[in-house]
Amino acid sequence: MSFLSIQDLTVQLKNGMPLLRHVSLDVAPGEVRALVGESGAGKSMIGKAVLGILPKAARLTGGKILLDGEDLQTLSQKARRQRIGARAALIPQDPLTALNPSRRVGPQITDRLVDILGWKRPDAEKRALELLEEVHIQSPDRVMKAYPHELSGGMRQRILIASAFAAEPKLIIADEPTTALDVTVQKQILKLIREMQQRHGTALLFVTHDLGVVSKIAQSLTVLYAGKVIEETTVKDFFAAPSHAYSKALLAATPKYTDPQGSLTPVPESVITAVEAEVAAFDEQARAGTRP
Amino acid sequence: MRDARGNIRRLPGIRLWLSGGWLTFLVLAAIFAPLISPHDPLAQDLFAGRLPPFFEQGADPAYLLGTDSLGRDVLSRMLYGARLALIVALVAGTLTCLIGASLGLIAGYYRGWVDLVISRFIDIWMAFPPVLFAILLIAVLGTGLMSVIIAIVVIDWTRFARVVRAEAMGQGAMDYVASAQVAGRTRFGTALTEILPNVLPTIVALLTLEMGIAVIVEAILSFVNLSISTDQPTWGGMIAEGRTSIYQAWWVLVFPLFALFLTVLSFSQLGEGLKDHFDPVLR
Ligand SMILES: Nc1ncnc2c1ncn2[C@@H]1O[C@H](COP(=O)(O)OP(=O)(O)OP(=O)(O)O)[C@@H](O)[C@H]1O
Ligand SMILES: [Mg+2]
Repeated sequence: MSFLSIQDLTVQLKNGMPLLRHVSLDVAPGEVRALVGESGAGKSMIGKAVLGILPKAARLTGGKILLDGEDLQTLSQKARRQRIGARAALIPQDPLTALNPSRRVGPQITDRLVDILGWKRPDAEKRALELLEEVHIQSPDRVMKAYPHELSGGMRQRILIASAFAAEPKLIIADEPTTALDVTVQKQILKLIREMQQRHGTALLFVTHDLGVVSKIAQSLTVLYAGKVIEETTVKDFFAAPSHAYSKALLAATPKYTDPQGSLTPVPESVITAVEAEVAAFDEQARAGTRP
Repeated sequence: MRDARGNIRRLPGIRLWLSGGWLTFLVLAAIFAPLISPHDPLAQDLFAGRLPPFFEQGADPAYLLGTDSLGRDVLSRMLYGARLALIVALVAGTLTCLIGASLGLIAGYYRGWVDLVISRFIDIWMAFPPVLFAILLIAVLGTGLMSVIIAIVVIDWTRFARVVRAEAMGQGAMDYVASAQVAGRTRFGTALTEILPNVLPTIVALLTLEMGIAVIVEAILSFVNLSISTDQPTWGGMIAEGRTSIYQAWWVLVFPLFALFLTVLSFSQLGEGLKDHFDPVLR
């Protein structure tokens, strides 16, 4: 049984423009699934739909999101917020805007424990200190009392990771958690996320556009193009032989770790045309109601 | 002093001290006006009319800043005038801020139809020319302290609403607001802990600015004889009276004008200083 099961999810803008096209995707307990695709493919939108934070302009118009077997759409808004808060968490992309600049770090970590799990403040603070140590922060006491701007980007991302794991969620969605950091810090943060995920046995939906990262952290992956799932497979099979032409081109466009300076082929025009045609045909079928 | 990153902290600026000093002095003067005023501000003495201030030829040491054409003591009248100026500043400023900032926060954070209604309302409201609007209001409400305060609130709440709405909207798009919602915060709770503290520096700056504006508006209304009843000394009223005898007794006009200028300047400087003080990144 998967912990997160997205079935036939459709998200549209208010004007009817589709952002997600009948997306299905599963993450088993303890599994790491990578979600890849170029910028604008709708990767973040999937995460937002699951966490119930879709932008005002977008609307969920079809499909189901099951979290631990429970259909989120059937719940009242309050119950949904409660369930999501207790079972899932987000590691955001940009550590600069993900912490409130006018609040100290400590309460921003303990909020979740107090709000959702009903802990007492002192207990929550003790737990926050432990978590900060777990993400290898040197002087947790001092960091708890600091304002975000007093800390480096890497440090802030560590805090956000600690905060995501605070309530022991069974699912974490990491939305390009290393993109905003410089290369040396990227590696440390990636290692940390992996380490925390394995220790806590958390299911992880790892959003990235970097296939190099995928092989290091994930077991399975979903390739997205224009809000449509193009390929869904294991990481091993994907790197051995991607089945879709777009996936092949995407792989060819990724620098190899063995040869980072090697020649890269951008995704060819013909492949883009083919996949666009496929998406258009898919839309046509969906409209006619003949989609299998 | 050094902060966590080893940067030298900025000392609270000199302008914060100067403006704060003048306003503190003014508050004390207003509170203790009956005790420290050398004369009754309304008492006329036609034999002591247009006495110059102490540093001029022919001054009477009993009238430090001189007298007006009716022989009333300028210093005493200014001290009592400070009372009215400050009451208007505090009450009108605070009320304007509460009403405007709340509406702006609601519109900017909740968006949707609430925002639509409030924003349209602001647009329509701002189409009225403010001075005309004020005079019209006083004409309807009648003169008096309450009318002046109401006029200021009614005209100026849009200043807060517009700015706070824009800032709240920017805050609402931040990742930490989304994170707070994922972490189970209610929308109202999010507005209080995530949005408000970040908009607060701006609100504080606007509030002090508004207090300065309230002092000016009160003075303007007094000047055109539409403010508090004429038997109470106000700075605006003194300036209006002094204008007619500017060549014979410049001090009747200049001293209250100077007090008015210093006060308005101090309010705006205080606002700028406090804004930095409240901003965690600049602090
Ligand atoms: N608030 C919004 N209003 C309207 N359209 C939006 C909004 N947010 C995103 N979109 C659109 O939804 C589509 C998917 O966006 P999304 O952020 O999910 O892309 P992404 O795959 O995460 O890309 P990136 O790698 O750049 O983060 C894009 O075409 C984007 O323009
Ligand atoms: Mg994204």
